[in-house]
Amino acid sequence: MVTATSSLPQAEIPAGRKKKTQLTREKIRAAWIFLTPMILVLLAVAAWPLIRTIWLGFTDARLSVPGSGQWIGFENYLFWLDYGDGEGEWIGLLADPTWWRAVWNTVYFTVIAVSIETLLGLLVALVLNAQFAGRGFVRAAILVPWAIPTIVSAKMWDWMLNDQFGILNDMFMTLGLISAPIAWTSSPDTAMAAVIMVDVWKTTPFMALLILAGMQMLPGDVYEAAKVDGIHPVKVFFKVTLPLIKPAIMVAVIFRMLDSLRIFDLIYVLTPNNAQTVTMSVYARQHLFDFDNFAYGSAASTLLFLIIAGITIVYIYAGRVNLSGDK
Amino acid sequence: MSGRQKKLLQQLGLWVLIVIISVYALFPFYYAIITSFKSGSAIFQVTYWPTDFSLANYWGVLAQGRFPRNIFNSIVVSFAVVVLSLLLAVTAAYALARVRFQGRGILLFTILSVSMFPQIAVLAGLFEMVRGLGLYNNLLSLILAYMIFTLPFTVWVLTTFMRDLPIELEEAAIVDGAKPHQIIFQVFMPLMWPALVTTGLLAFIAAWNEFLFALTFVSNDAQRTVPVAIALLSGATEQEIPWGPIMAASVIVTVPLVILVLIFQRRIVAGLTAGAVKG
Amino acid sequence: MANIKLDQVRKSFGKVDVINGVDLDIKSREFVVFVGPSGCGKSTLLRLVAGLEDITSGTLAIDNQVVNELSPSDRGIAMVFQSYALYPHMTVYENMSFGLKLAKADARSIDERVMDAARILQLDKLLDRLPKQLSGGQRQRVAIGRAITRKPKVFLFDEPLSNLDAALRVQMRIEIAKLHHSLDATMIYVTHDQVEAMTLADRIAVLRDGYLMQFGSPLDLYHHPDNKFVGGFIGSPKMNFLPCDLAGAENGVAVVKTVGGTSVPTTSATNGHSAGSGYTLGIRPEDLLAGGAREGDAEIEGEVITIEQLGAETYVYLDLGHEEPLVVKAGGHFSADPGHRVRVGIPAGACYVFDSQERAFDRPAYE
Repeated sequence: MVTATSSLPQAEIPAGRKKKTQLTREKIRAAWIFLTPMILVLLAVAAWPLIRTIWLGFTDARLSVPGSGQWIGFENYLFWLDYGDGEGEWIGLLADPTWWRAVWNTVYFTVIAVSIETLLGLLVALVLNAQFAGRGFVRAAILVPWAIPTIVSAKMWDWMLNDQFGILNDMFMTLGLISAPIAWTSSPDTAMAAVIMVDVWKTTPFMALLILAGMQMLPGDVYEAAKVDGIHPVKVFFKVTLPLIKPAIMVAVIFRMLDSLRIFDLIYVLTPNNAQTVTMSVYARQHLFDFDNFAYGSAASTLLFLIIAGITIVYIYAGRVNLSGDK
Repeated sequence: MSGRQKKLLQQLGLWVLIVIISVYALFPFYYAIITSFKSGSAIFQVTYWPTDFSLANYWGVLAQGRFPRNIFNSIVVSFAVVVLSLLLAVTAAYALARVRFQGRGILLFTILSVSMFPQIAVLAGLFEMVRGLGLYNNLLSLILAYMIFTLPFTVWVLTTFMRDLPIELEEAAIVDGAKPHQIIFQVFMPLMWPALVTTGLLAFIAAWNEFLFALTFVSNDAQRTVPVAIALLSGATEQEIPWGPIMAASVIVTVPLVILVLIFQRRIVAGLTAGAVKG
Repeated sequence: MANIKLDQVRKSFGKVDVINGVDLDIKSREFVVFVGPSGCGKSTLLRLVAGLEDITSGTLAIDNQVVNELSPSDRGIAMVFQSYALYPHMTVYENMSFGLKLAKADARSIDERVMDAARILQLDKLLDRLPKQLSGGQRQRVAIGRAITRKPKVFLFDEPLSNLDAALRVQMRIEIAKLHHSLDATMIYVTHDQVEAMTLADRIAVLRDGYLMQFGSPLDLYHHPDNKFVGGFIGSPKMNFLPCDLAGAENGVAVVKTVGGTSVPTTSATNGHSAGSGYTLGIRPEDLLAGGAREGDAEIEGEVITIEQLGAETYVYLDLGHEEPLVVKAGGHFSADPGHRVRVGIPAGACYVFDSQERAFDRPAYE
């Protein structure tokens, strides 16, 4: 008979002496080989260009001047231009009212559009969460705006919003909502409204689907219990559903918010040259390519990056959104 | 009000909402389609129902000018982007999902951060690089640039998918003597078709719809992709916007997408939520 | 065929020790079963042998060669998984030939080996099927077939039958036993089912919290458990444990005093212990004599809590005024109403005595 070994643990073995099997070493080596191409590509298309953009923001680079790109420090951001006679003025991005206008436009657009999208998305998700014949059809229908290229939806709405021949003016006048046609996209009063209108149409589906996914993960027995207890559905929504789908909403909102803060395509096509709708991205690109002010545009891009990064960090921290994916 | 009446009213309210949502979602596309079939001055008559069925706009867009070439460009770019990002992502996802190594958490976090990059922040640097490499007006510049948004996304979704594949399957393959690349391509890949189709489709749509890079890195008509071509489609004079052809072109590039979306509806929803909710 | 030697093998995940210095000497062609409650480390130990986990310290030798750092595929092992782990996209034939193909064996020998295995397991007609077209038992067979085709020196089974229903489990158990005889290979088999362990094993290794509690033949474990844990783990229903005092020795064997002051003679040696308290008396339900003692046996009386009649046998649960009921196995016709008092005989030879460290006193086998 063999004796049992129920001896006490012996002295700790130093961790450094731990030998890995060939399997483990092979796996780790393979992992890095597998990761290298992806990392290289991301370095090339993300890290390096970002560093270059930041760098260019500190230079006087112009696309029209070959060899330009001397280091000029913070001049693109803020610079005291001395007229030589004791007079002078602050110039640079931080002193540029147009830039601040763009920042304001972007934030305004983001807050209004994302708020409407969240509320509408919640409503659509609630409807889609109900049982009815043809639910698949409706879900497919709301995917259509999501799938249509932004440029195409901008053009479609541009046409519908046309001041003379647009169907929207026709519709609103028939309904008696307006007395005269409105030049939606070119009038300073309505340009932003038009942009928000199109953005809401295009991106509410995304919001609704994310919220719907959150709703469908909810345990059904909670609702049955609430029903048995005779709790009013509205109360159930605010006391049960909403708190439980809050994480899903938070994630959806942050995705939409990051998208809205960098909006470009829609505005470029729908309301070009309208000061009311120039956003940070539009402003940066104008300076980069249209105004031959590459360095200044780079500085604006850098600021945009910092603003978005800052807002994201604050939001994630404040909302405690779990993005790590580790449970 | 009796319980039955109340229930009926609720049903009615639900159906009113359903109809409003469906009409709201579909009307602009519907209107683009009926507009695209109008020709001449009919286009300036607001109608709510289809009245004309003229193919003149389609003929104009497809038979003249460079639009067919633009479609071809978009197809080339989108397919290349899908193939390249899936290829890079499948192997990377295996490493991230299945191998415990130092720095995995940081790497995952970095990838996620890149997917949130505002594209304008890299535009200047990328433009400089594209010009430096002589890729200006070359579709390769777009294929490369699009990696910035397709690659992090595909890696992320495939990683979450691969994490859920049974570990014993991999171990069985290890005992059978399979090396990591054989595990990926001979054991996992055949099981990952749903995820590959979903992520591939989402990457395809993203590449197909991209505008900012396409507008910036390509200035020559022949190399343009579809969104830029549509945005810049102009008529004989500056004032005269060719609405008919624009709507026809819009319908042409959107119908395939809509069909794909309808076919893969469930997969797409699953992919979107895997990328967001789970991520 | 190969022997396997584990020398002070340890495994820790971070700060958690899962395997604490296990020594095992498995002979060539032996069928060894690892048993223990869940979380005891039996699966981890198997995976260490397989090479699917790194050994933290200690050495593992297969066929007298240290294999600590070898890949699973280089260790000459094959493994059958609990979930079968068949490749879902491959046919039965492809599943069974995958390993050989990776090893670049030539097509003819692959075919030969797969056909051989298929014949042994009666899979001949299923070779073109996909796993999803097979029943649970058939899948299990394919998993075993996949192992056989590799002609390993050692077969490793990780709870292979736990996903099957009871009837099929018995059938597959017999097939695995047959397979062991015909293949003449070394096999290690992990299970939490002690019936599987008792019926299949040449020797059983009982594990608890990462420690090896005992390693021996099934009957050895049954008759001579080294400690209270093994005594309680092997045998069903479980061994009864009663607190007792060691009263002293008579003719070289221990006499104990248990609940109610009953004096119980045993056949155990005292192992050098002198009279005192803190001991445990263990008696198997099947050794107790319901209805009264034979000549010379101790007797204990208790009130019937409930009885379970299974037809061939009856389990009687008695309240001795001690926290746990005494379980007695009686004949199929035994009957008693709850509340009645029943007397139970304790044959001296059926007594196990454990000291306060839970170590067993030496005793002869009880026939």
